[in-house]
Amino acid sequence: MERLVQILADAVSVGSLYALTALGIGLIFGVMRLINFAHGELITFAAYTLLALFGQPVPIMIFGGIAVAVVLALVTERAAFRPLRNADPTTLLISSFAVSFFLQKLLILVVGSRLKGLDFLPELGRQIEFAGIRLQLLQIVTIIVGIVLLAALTWFLRATRLGLHMRAAAEDFRMARVLGVRANKVIAVAFALSGILAAAVSCLIVVQTGVVQPRMGLQLVIIAFVGTVIGGLGSLSGAALGGFLVGAATILLQAFLPPDLRAFREAFVFIAVALVLLFRPQGLIPARGLKERI
Amino acid sequence: MTSGAPLLAISGLVVRYGAVAAVREVDLQVDESEIVSIIGPNGAGKTSLILAVAGIIAPAAGTVIFAGRTLGGIALEDVVAQGIALVPEGRHIFASLTVMENLLLGATVRRDSRAVAADLDRFFAMFPILAERRRQPAGQLSGGEQQQLAIARALLSRPRLLMLDEPSLGLSPMMVDQIYALLSTIRTQGVTILLVEQNAERVFGISNRVCVMSGGKFALAGDAAEIKSHPRFDAAYFGVHVREAASGP
Repeated sequence: MERLVQILADAVSVGSLYALTALGIGLIFGVMRLINFAHGELITFAAYTLLALFGQPVPIMIFGGIAVAVVLALVTERAAFRPLRNADPTTLLISSFAVSFFLQKLLILVVGSRLKGLDFLPELGRQIEFAGIRLQLLQIVTIIVGIVLLAALTWFLRATRLGLHMRAAAEDFRMARVLGVRANKVIAVAFALSGILAAAVSCLIVVQTGVVQPRMGLQLVIIAFVGTVIGGLGSLSGAALGGFLVGAATILLQAFLPPDLRAFREAFVFIAVALVLLFRPQGLIPARGLKERI
Repeated sequence: MTSGAPLLAISGLVVRYGAVAAVREVDLQVDESEIVSIIGPNGAGKTSLILAVAGIIAPAAGTVIFAGRTLGGIALEDVVAQGIALVPEGRHIFASLTVMENLLLGATVRRDSRAVAADLDRFFAMFPILAERRRQPAGQLSGGEQQQLAIARALLSRPRLLMLDEPSLGLSPMMVDQIYALLSTIRTQGVTILLVEQNAERVFGISNRVCVMSGGKFALAGDAAEIKSHPRFDAAYFGVHVREAASGP
């Protein structure tokens, strides 16, 4: 019983991490029809910011990570994506790969490719006892952060004027602009939000692994991207659900596969993904009425 | 704006898609509180003309002056703030958003939230079905209801000029009657209307002036009554050049 709850807590917390990453990707896809692989570098740069600020009070480290991810997101939008806004999606995709490689190599050039230990918030590694069951505090914090950010994002999209503009833009950007919705503002806000999500994921993953390295973000983003696809590209609830399922499935397979097969757990995850795409190519929660970008 | 100057003045407008010219040097003036209709067959360039006025497509040549201000080069999202609202062909309502959210988006450029609320009440009185369904996704409305929503949404920006592209497309005759009655009401409230229709018969009743467009140009333009009974109307509409000798049934 205890082991089962522990596995479930692990699955839900890893699922939350991927859900947050997938949401960051989904937000940008929603307004720009851009699959932003450089989202991974937002995570990586936030992690290196934590490293650089190590020794400062924790709130300053976290705030620094968020600030760097948000500014980097806005700069990449301005420099790499805005000039291509009327280009076709393939061009945007290639541009996002270019940005991702550029930032990764820049980081390797400046700080080297070796992974570095970072003992961020070690107290979250503690076990706590909850109703007679021992759980890692970090898993509970990860789940809470996931729920809080999901709720905050939902509130922002549902209850604010800017959120309404973003939802309208995601459905039919040109018509939204005809009504006066400002394209630059909506896209900048989407990038800033994706930066905040990336920074949150970055903090949690750094606590979990205790290391930073230049490729850490890309690995997360590739799995999360798979999540957005099975969830339904263009649908935010789909992205959150897909990311969550892919993350949770990885942990559950790790726990329940026979030991000989555990090394191949990713293969099983991708078989499941292939099956979802075979039978529901539009994703689990398809986006309604995807229209032309701008 | 000096009185007497037209609200909208289009001159020498050319719209191209690659090598193909969809609109060829069109001039058009629309005065305040007029209803001007552009009719013509499919592919005549009607939609291209109003999309160019709305800022959605950039004209290859020509000028559009609205209320004394040249619209060339201003961003798409700034056109509505100038006082021009568009009900595009196919309505383009936001299907996943509620009826209320669609309407609120219409008021994007306004900052007078109290007056917006008053306008919403007024529109809900005018369109009871929208009031009833204000919390439902707009995609669940019928075609006619969606057209009402698209018109109400456009009016919420308090435009001086309302442009509609094929508002009767795909609607039942009864619904079309309702939409046209609505347009007359809107005009009496001081909104100028530029209407594009393939459905020629419909527009004569409410228009002050009618332009018949064919092959990217106005083949005929004048007072509605005059155009309706014009001997060359059919020929202009279908773009055939009828020789004088060959006229007749």
